[in-house]
Amino acid sequence: MKRNLFLFISATVALMLMAACGAAQPQPATESEPAPATEEAAPAAPAEPAEESAETTETEAEPAEEAAESAETMRGSGDTLNILYWQAASTLNPYLSGGTKDIEAASVILEPLARYDENGNMVPWLVEEIPTVENGGVAEDLTSITWKIKEGILWSDGTPFTAEDVKFSAEYCLNEEMGCNAVSYLTDVESVEVIDDLTAKINFGVPKPFPYGPFVGAEIPVLQKAQFEDCMGAKAQECTEQNFAPIGTGAYKVTDFKANDVVVYEINENYRDPDKPYFSQVIFKGGGDAAAAARSVLETGEMDYAWNLQIEPQILDSMAAAGKGKVVTAYGTSVERLMVNFTNPDPALGDLRSVWSEADPNPHPFLTDPVVRQALSMAIDREAIATQLYGAGGKPTCNVLPAPEVYASTANDGCLVQDIEGANALLDEAGIVDSDGDGIREKDGVPLQILYQTSTNSVRQSTQALVKQWWEQIGVGSELRNVDAGVFFGGDPSSPDTFQKFFADIEMYTNNFSGTDPESYMANWLCSEIPTPDNQWIGNNMPRWCNADYDALVAQMAETAGLEDRAELAKQMNDMLMQNFVMIPLVHRGDVSAHSVTLEGVRMNTWDSELWNIADWTRTEQ
Amino acid sequence: MGRYLIRRLLTAIPTLIAISFVIFAILDLAPSDPTGNLPLTIPPEVKQQIRESLGLGQPFHIRYLKWMQQFFITEPLNILEETTGITIGDSESRFRLRSWQTRGPVIDLIVERMPQTLWVVGLAYLVSVIIAIPLGVISAVKQYSWVDQAGTIFSMIGFSVPTFFTGLLAIIIFSVHLGWFPSFYDTTHQVTDWESFVFQIKQIILPVSVLALFQTATLNRFTRSSVLDNLPQDYVRTVRAKGFREYYVILVHVLRNSLIPVVTLVALGIPTIFGGAIITEQIFRINGLGALLIIAIQGSDIPVVQSLTFIFAVLIVLFNLIADVIYGFLDPRIHYN
Repeated sequence: MKRNLFLFISATVALMLMAACGAAQPQPATESEPAPATEEAAPAAPAEPAEESAETTETEAEPAEEAAESAETMRGSGDTLNILYWQAASTLNPYLSGGTKDIEAASVILEPLARYDENGNMVPWLVEEIPTVENGGVAEDLTSITWKIKEGILWSDGTPFTAEDVKFSAEYCLNEEMGCNAVSYLTDVESVEVIDDLTAKINFGVPKPFPYGPFVGAEIPVLQKAQFEDCMGAKAQECTEQNFAPIGTGAYKVTDFKANDVVVYEINENYRDPDKPYFSQVIFKGGGDAAAAARSVLETGEMDYAWNLQIEPQILDSMAAAGKGKVVTAYGTSVERLMVNFTNPDPALGDLRSVWSEADPNPHPFLTDPVVRQALSMAIDREAIATQLYGAGGKPTCNVLPAPEVYASTANDGCLVQDIEGANALLDEAGIVDSDGDGIREKDGVPLQILYQTSTNSVRQSTQALVKQWWEQIGVGSELRNVDAGVFFGGDPSSPDTFQKFFADIEMYTNNFSGTDPESYMANWLCSEIPTPDNQWIGNNMPRWCNADYDALVAQMAETAGLEDRAELAKQMNDMLMQNFVMIPLVHRGDVSAHSVTLEGVRMNTWDSELWNIADWTRTEQ
Repeated sequence: MGRYLIRRLLTAIPTLIAISFVIFAILDLAPSDPTGNLPLTIPPEVKQQIRESLGLGQPFHIRYLKWMQQFFITEPLNILEETTGITIGDSESRFRLRSWQTRGPVIDLIVERMPQTLWVVGLAYLVSVIIAIPLGVISAVKQYSWVDQAGTIFSMIGFSVPTFFTGLLAIIIFSVHLGWFPSFYDTTHQVTDWESFVFQIKQIILPVSVLALFQTATLNRFTRSSVLDNLPQDYVRTVRAKGFREYYVILVHVLRNSLIPVVTLVALGIPTIFGGAIITEQIFRINGLGALLIIAIQGSDIPVVQSLTFIFAVLIVLFNLIADVIYGFLDPRIHYN
């Protein structure tokens, strides 16, 4: 009897298990899937992905009819391009986005008037040329810039792209009720005039030596007036239909958007270049984490492109060894640096902790001594931090302004070599010695004991541990502290743990600037930028370093127009900051992505969207 | 029975209102900032403008009442309109409950994600119930046999190894090395013919087995101990003495009595199906409700977090009631007045 029951039940279970496995077995076809469509298309694909921007492609496309014929076969001859951003896109309206992921997802559809290429050079995109003072596009007094739109550009719905759309986009973002996050690109814009259908003139309230803020780069593309007209101000939030499927001028248009999950694009038939794009469909998938994203491209080959792979260098290397994909890095302006506190953060000071004022600079007991700051910098092995902790995503740097190349100074490169002996000698010479035998030096009786804070992040904590150990070797003690990133960068004026309040001696984080012009970034270290209780701790001069000569250089840059002169000034400011050791730069951080070995034409770009030239991407057979 | 049900449903209302207040208050007091993920290059004044455009400038009680109105009046009305096609009042200007991340209506997000969660988590649940109950009964009837031993080991593994480990292990073995199944779930896939159905099965197998392993373990142990409790009881001996066959004794008498604690577990587990499997969905990139919740938490998307947690609360209260009702069917001695 018992046996019957047992047999009955176990047979059911066995059957179910078999059914489950059986369904799984049919064909292990996953890997061979993307192949067929590519084969015929591959030979036709040009090997060089239009090396020189839009101007060249235009002259090439014009002359012969045969070119246009082969073009017909080119467009859409590819299969599906699978892109993976492990942070999924939440909206396709870049003006309402919550981060880079949304801006990049939108950049496939929406385009600005001009973009930055992978070297940080401006490329005319929807316009004839970049306006300058020389070609008359920028007014002599620097108060206006006139963009001439290329003829024949159509929105994906077939209507023409005009200067009205440019004017509208500026008004849309400048509306105060909207909460537009690109509004800083429109600083000082007074009005946009429509001269004619293809000419837009942007007027500034003040002279702008660098007038390329509005509509240059992926953060501030042009929206279609007809589509967004009813979405001004507070209504912007409610226009879900528009925000989820903006009409653009790019190579692709949206067919399906699932918020926080996936975007499906197909070819925009009205795209200006009849040869492009190659891929017939693009899927922009989100979710998971950086390691899983790297695995999908490098190990399983299921995805063609994965973004933002800040993972441990050893893990990334072992995945790349599988040979299915390539890791690409682009260096922008991000620098991981130590900020030195010039004011005294002693808790005994109460309300005056880390507070600077012109009347009372509240000097730090030992960090105001340049010798101490120099010694701290000399003791650090930047090469070790970069290779062991950042791998493909970082290289050592001695500048707080490391890029674009024209702005990068070479005057401070001595710091690349660690010099513990030199640092010790420097401190000994200055009379800062260990007088009580506890292994920590004293300056005027105050021990060199540092509170060193940063945000919670495994790479940062490892950096802290390395630095602490090097500082010990020069007789400087340190206590490590880490604060949750949301609180540290959150800027809540009632919290004592924010990076602005800086209730520590040294703090570490990364900062950068968007676009390629460093003017506003270099203005971060003005005296007036020092965070104090009077300005609700809003300000970017974390070191609380105030120098009249530096302020003068910033003022001078605001009036200088020539690129070379501006570069010279920026270098001078960088060197001043570095040679005074106001900040101690550690690592120049890069953006790391990976793409399949079959994908061609990727020009990894950190100045604009990584997908900026997606129209040129093709697939080859490997 | 009817009066009992009405009484229970009425007492649920104040409970749910209290829950909604607690959820709202906790999330409101938690330190989080919807502009926290924006790059440092965006100036603080702009961030302040963004916060105000999201309605964060208003005092707590106004926001709570607004949320109540949106959640209990506006959104149910919208759902009603969409399903029936009848327009009630001025539906265009109704102020909908919107996500801060996507600026789209929260309910649309939930509706979009529900099917994936029901498919994956629901299927895993079904599989685990189908495997766990028979296995638990066999384990109890054949105590200390090899089946029981194997079941115990299986349960121990399923119970103690977390899904973020088994999930990754499954991906590395079956996707990376063997290449049998995709390592993630293609949410744009549509089942139209046999081939696409096979693909759907293939992409669902890994997440379902990972989840089922975990749930089977729990259920299996419960069933086993419950059957073991019942086997030595007097009524079982009486049935056997009457000369019934053993499978009848077990399946009709013992199993029915043993199911009461199991039913509680299964019923209370159902709301968790809707809650999604946060970790598993994240690993396999399934766009379910669990993944939605975690993205919303990371992005400080308070309206989505509030709505989801509150919906889970409603489901838990509801299934508690359902479990109580099922007891009455399983054991006629339980009466509700």
